[in-house]
Amino acid sequence: MTSTPKRPPLPAILLANDLLDGDVVFAVEDADGALDWTRDPRLALVADEGVAAGRLEAFAAAARQQVVDAYLVDVEIGPNGPVPRHFRERFKTLGPSTRPDLGKQAGEGIAGRRSA
Amino acid sequence: MYRYDEFDERFVRDRVAQFGDQVARRLDGSLTEDEFKPLRLKNGVYLQLHAYMLRIAIPYGTLSSRQLRQLALIGERYDRSYGHFTTRQNLQFNWPKLRDVPAILDLLADVEMHCIQTSGNCIRNVTADHFAGVAQDEIEDPRPVCELIRQWSTAHPEFSYLPRKFKIAATGAQHDRAVIKAHDIGLRIVRHPESGEIGYEISVGGGLGRTPMIGKVVRDFLPKADLLAYLEAVMRVYNLEGRRDNKYKARVKILVHEIGTEEFRRRVEAEFSALDGPSVNADAEELARIAAYFTPPAYETLPPDSGALAVAKAGNPDFARWVDTNLTPHRVPGYTAVTISLKPVGLAPGDATSEQMRLVADLAERYSFDELRVTHAQNLVLPHVRKDDLFAIWQALVPVGLATANLGLITDIIACPGLDYCSLATARSIPIAQAIAQRFADADRQASIGELNIKISGCINACGHHHVGHIGILGLEKRGIESYQITLGGDATENAAIGEILGPGLPAEDVPDAIEAIVGVYESQRHDGERFIETVKRVGLVPFKAAFRELADAA
Ligand code: HEM
Ligand code: SF4
Repeated sequence: MTSTPKRPPLPAILLANDLLDGDVVFAVEDADGALDWTRDPRLALVADEGVAAGRLEAFAAAARQQVVDAYLVDVEIGPNGPVPRHFRERFKTLGPSTRPDLGKQAGEGIAGRRSA
Repeated sequence: MYRYDEFDERFVRDRVAQFGDQVARRLDGSLTEDEFKPLRLKNGVYLQLHAYMLRIAIPYGTLSSRQLRQLALIGERYDRSYGHFTTRQNLQFNWPKLRDVPAILDLLADVEMHCIQTSGNCIRNVTADHFAGVAQDEIEDPRPVCELIRQWSTAHPEFSYLPRKFKIAATGAQHDRAVIKAHDIGLRIVRHPESGEIGYEISVGGGLGRTPMIGKVVRDFLPKADLLAYLEAVMRVYNLEGRRDNKYKARVKILVHEIGTEEFRRRVEAEFSALDGPSVNADAEELARIAAYFTPPAYETLPPDSGALAVAKAGNPDFARWVDTNLTPHRVPGYTAVTISLKPVGLAPGDATSEQMRLVADLAERYSFDELRVTHAQNLVLPHVRKDDLFAIWQALVPVGLATANLGLITDIIACPGLDYCSLATARSIPIAQAIAQRFADADRQASIGELNIKISGCINACGHHHVGHIGILGLEKRGIESYQITLGGDATENAAIGEILGPGLPAEDVPDAIEAIVGVYESQRHDGERFIETVKRVGLVPFKAAFRELADAA
């Protein structure tokens, strides 16, 4: 059942759903250089080359108790940080396109790091 | 309305406790996601694009005010104050947190509701005609038999691991409002042509998804008493011979198609006669016990027409339009069934806020014997309303945005959640529905077009029933952008038909123009009083294809 999805073209970010809340979260590097999760897509750690991508994959594999359905997504770097190239993942990092009052686009969870 | 007995109550409560324990074990790490996922799916918890999703069964679409109020409360307390009514007479919450699901299930159990068998390869929520028990063209209320099937199929040990999901729908009327021919089993209550006895016509092998098929009649007449044994026989044949090697060929429709209706029928009949019928079939006492829950409410004796209604209509054209559009004749004089459209122009088809749910619950309590229905077309129904009360109901609906007069019209669109929520989607559905509804928002235009069903799915799974839409729209991905394929001539009624593809896929922004072009052909070709689908059947696809081609070429 656990299949490792094929690695997408780089640069890429790692996203997942929080196990408890279901909310979309992104791998981020904290001040000490350790990997953690954030709800803010702008803070997502961007892997530009193979080693960095491998590190994200290893983090995903180790994080099975915190998150569900973690996978790498290829991105472009925009003025506000990484933006997924595929429309599906763009919706995932924003929220329902028909409800701008819901999801990240409404600022939900953008303020801080994953807590709890 | 059916009330849980002690067994039902205990069963549901045990299930809630069990799931609470499973969630706790997932959270403390003793269950992995691979172990936990099938358990959560067994309780209706999916993981979608942005969040978890919880699917709640509304058996045969019947709800009490108390139940709808509880759904409103759950929406408010644990979700985003709205819920989504689906084509399978379910309610989906789009944002529950896993940590809250046990509490939600408890609140559901308080009002005799649950999420059991809303997912997985088992017999799913049994759906029915939403006008069951009130429609004028009905032979008999199908809900007692739906309830019987619900009890028989819930946690049925032999049918808990079928090759694939299994859907049963029933109607007691001549006119099929339950899309029975698009279900694995479709059940129609019929009268025997000679004896006049009531029994069932059984269809098997309908279904939508990637290989759409219309169900085949395998039994013209089955005596009522034999129902469960016959269903058991069908399920056995399917369970044994349905394909388990390929998920896309695992539905019973493929089996029926591959071996042929004749051979399928032969195998079912052989199994049926080998079965010990009496040990499987429900006894008459149990049937009577169930049926007693569905006895009609205490209607008043009323004149067929309401003077108050006539006066209110004369004084208020908006009200008159709603009355002319959203009512369905009732079998009892002076009463009517009211459809509350969840398709206001510009909003998501099938969504209702907690506030709206509460208001509708109040109206049902006050004006409809405490009873509500959910339709497969994603609307709500007050099934037993006195015509005298219509104006008061309408006045209450207007301020909360629920008085849209579009039942069966071009803006009464079915749309699955699509890529705005669903993790399987290849394109969005809701914005397409919104754009079409905006384009045709003018009420006079809608009325002049008349009955026209548009149905939209965001992927090949066809949850939005696009195959059986008069106009069907399927969202796909083409070279990294959303693309929409349009079909024509589908029919969800007793004349069930699968629509045909008109031409190449279109980008989202061209879809309203394409619908406009199709409607234009209809308007220029229709005979007096001819409905859209009738014109399509008479003139065929050629003129529509020509108009569509012109549009696709111009794009
Ligand atoms: C959580 C999102 C959903 C998922 C993961 C999902 C999954 C699926 C899948 C995989 C199929 C194809 C099954 C097959 O052919 O074997 C399907 C079909 C279907 N689903 Fe959904 N669905 C979802 C939401 C919905 C919603 C919201 C509705 C109602 C609006 C719905 C109603 C249906 C219907 C009517 C069909 C086609 C009829 C048939 O079974 O042949 N589903 N769904
Ligand atoms: S049709 Fe596809 S996109 Fe729509 S709800 Fe079903 S699975 Fe999701």
